[in-house]
Amino acid sequence: MRSPRRLGDRLFSSGALAAGLLILVVLAAVAIFLVAQSLPALTAGGTDLPAGFTSFWSYVLPLVFGTVWAAVLALVIAVPLSLGVALFLSHYAPRRTARALGAVIDLLAAVPSVVFGLWGITVLAPFVQPFYTFLSAAFGWIPLLAGPVSGTGRTILTVAVVLAVMITPIITALTREIFLQTPRLNEEAALALGATRWEMIRIAVLPFGLPGMVSAAMLGLGRALGETMAVAMVLSPSVVVSFFLLRSENPTTIAANIALNFPDSYGSGINVLIATGLALFVLTFVVNAVARAVVGRRGGGKGL
Amino acid sequence: MSKRITLKDLDAYYGSFRAVEGVTLTIEPRSVTAFIGPSGCGKSTLLRTLNRMHEVVPGARVEGEVLLDGRDLYAPGVDPVLVRRQVGMVFQRPNPFPTMTIRENVLAGVKLNNRRIAKADAEELTERSLRGANLWNEVKDRLNLPANGLSGGQQQRLCIARAIAVQPEVLLMDEPCSALDPISTLAIEDLIEELKQDYTIVIVTHNMQQASRVSDRTAFFNIAGTGTPGRLIEYDDTRVMFSRPSAQATEDYVSGRFG
Ligand SMILES: Nc1ncnc2c1ncn2[C@@H]1O[C@H](COP(=O)(O)OP(=O)(O)OP(=O)(O)O)[C@@H](O)[C@H]1O
Ligand SMILES: [Mg+2]
Repeated sequence: MRSPRRLGDRLFSSGALAAGLLILVVLAAVAIFLVAQSLPALTAGGTDLPAGFTSFWSYVLPLVFGTVWAAVLALVIAVPLSLGVALFLSHYAPRRTARALGAVIDLLAAVPSVVFGLWGITVLAPFVQPFYTFLSAAFGWIPLLAGPVSGTGRTILTVAVVLAVMITPIITALTREIFLQTPRLNEEAALALGATRWEMIRIAVLPFGLPGMVSAAMLGLGRALGETMAVAMVLSPSVVVSFFLLRSENPTTIAANIALNFPDSYGSGINVLIATGLALFVLTFVVNAVARAVVGRRGGGKGL
Repeated sequence: MSKRITLKDLDAYYGSFRAVEGVTLTIEPRSVTAFIGPSGCGKSTLLRTLNRMHEVVPGARVEGEVLLDGRDLYAPGVDPVLVRRQVGMVFQRPNPFPTMTIRENVLAGVKLNNRRIAKADAEELTERSLRGANLWNEVKDRLNLPANGLSGGQQQRLCIARAIAVQPEVLLMDEPCSALDPISTLAIEDLIEELKQDYTIVIVTHNMQQASRVSDRTAFFNIAGTGTPGRLIEYDDTRVMFSRPSAQATEDYVSGRFG
């Protein structure tokens, strides 16, 4: 026997369906726009491109590299920091401290990136420059840290630090929520076996939170990949592939490159920039797909 | 291996709420002692004071003494982590570590506190613990599969194997069969019968038949009303408790007239 469906149920389910479809439509529209506008650029010759580049691919490759490089550096800094803070908030701090600190972190997540960019130029870069000089002098034999050191401190490493500060709050907030959801039963199982607090975290909290930790990191990575203002403001851009962290010639990112060059572009130059945007779109897509695969293989679905 | 537990005038609190009051009793080694009583009378709370798991709840604390062969578990300077290695615990709901394999679950406690164990010893200990928990034959071919693929009864026996793998002096069980079917329940009751050769066992149960089947001594707890602390009403040989208890409340409870 079929029970008659209530009006509320029907409204809600069609509303949800419409919302879901809308997202797909918007995504498709963006993709179509990007592809259509990019096609001319893919075959563009020397005259359409900025000076010194012979094909579109030689132009976009360093940009993709710079984007990934900056985001990965940021993630390397941000993830351990975020996990540490999240664990402190969920399992070490007294409840009142945790609540106050949590509120501060949520606030940090809401600061616009222009502000972080300004902070990067005016405060962070001059502050870290002497450290960079020291680092290069002491550990210059490590290729990453080789000189000559930038005199302004405005290097890819500074950008990575700014990006890390930007994505730390979101990763922290997400992972803290996940850690708090660890089943009490599993935590007590560990403690009752004679685990110390850290061991309890290692055998009960972290395995439970792993899929969520990966998702949170990927969300942070996604934000870092697409970040425009902070990078555009801090770096004096050049389109190069360079792993050096402390030199004054640094790779720039796709988003920052578009923001800096779009105002002066016309004709096929615009198509070239849009095509780099398509590359960013694909990149973000791939990152998300990889993240999903990682989470899925762990038999997850827990956490986020 | 097994040790005698002596409680002296024990009070257990959650914040300012006193859940258990003035319990004094002695639990003999190599025996099974059952805690019975109506819901909310503090059986689980009291059980958890015996391995210092009570204080894991924020704001919870204990007054009085718990002596394990004469040494006070609550004396200053006693490390709760070491107490819990000597006093193992099995919970009401089976709680194997879901991301670990069956073997890793058995060895989880052994590998804590930076202890290392040779591969051959680990094999031997895994088999011995699983045999001890009557689970070996069912899982010996899938030791490397995740533990949450086991049935509820098997998971509970895995938790018992995990608890006895660290060779504790005492084994606490909080309603270990309440989530299980009658056959798994019988399997665990048989197991308790065997384990008491080596361990001091304390079991909380709501099942009167179970208490009378498995335990040597029984402690009956009761509360005067909601919000009042639980107290020990009577503690005696199980046979006496179920045939001619001295307190009227005990008789009413074991004969099913209330609670
Ligand atoms: N984590 C907690 N925080 C505050 N009060 C608690 C907590 N756990 C238990 N209590 C209270 O302590 C009293 C004793 O609870 P306890 O769980 O020990 O009872 P119990 O005898 O095990 O009951 P049951 O048979 O239902 O398991 C109850 O009044 C309960 O509400
Ligand atoms: Mg209970």
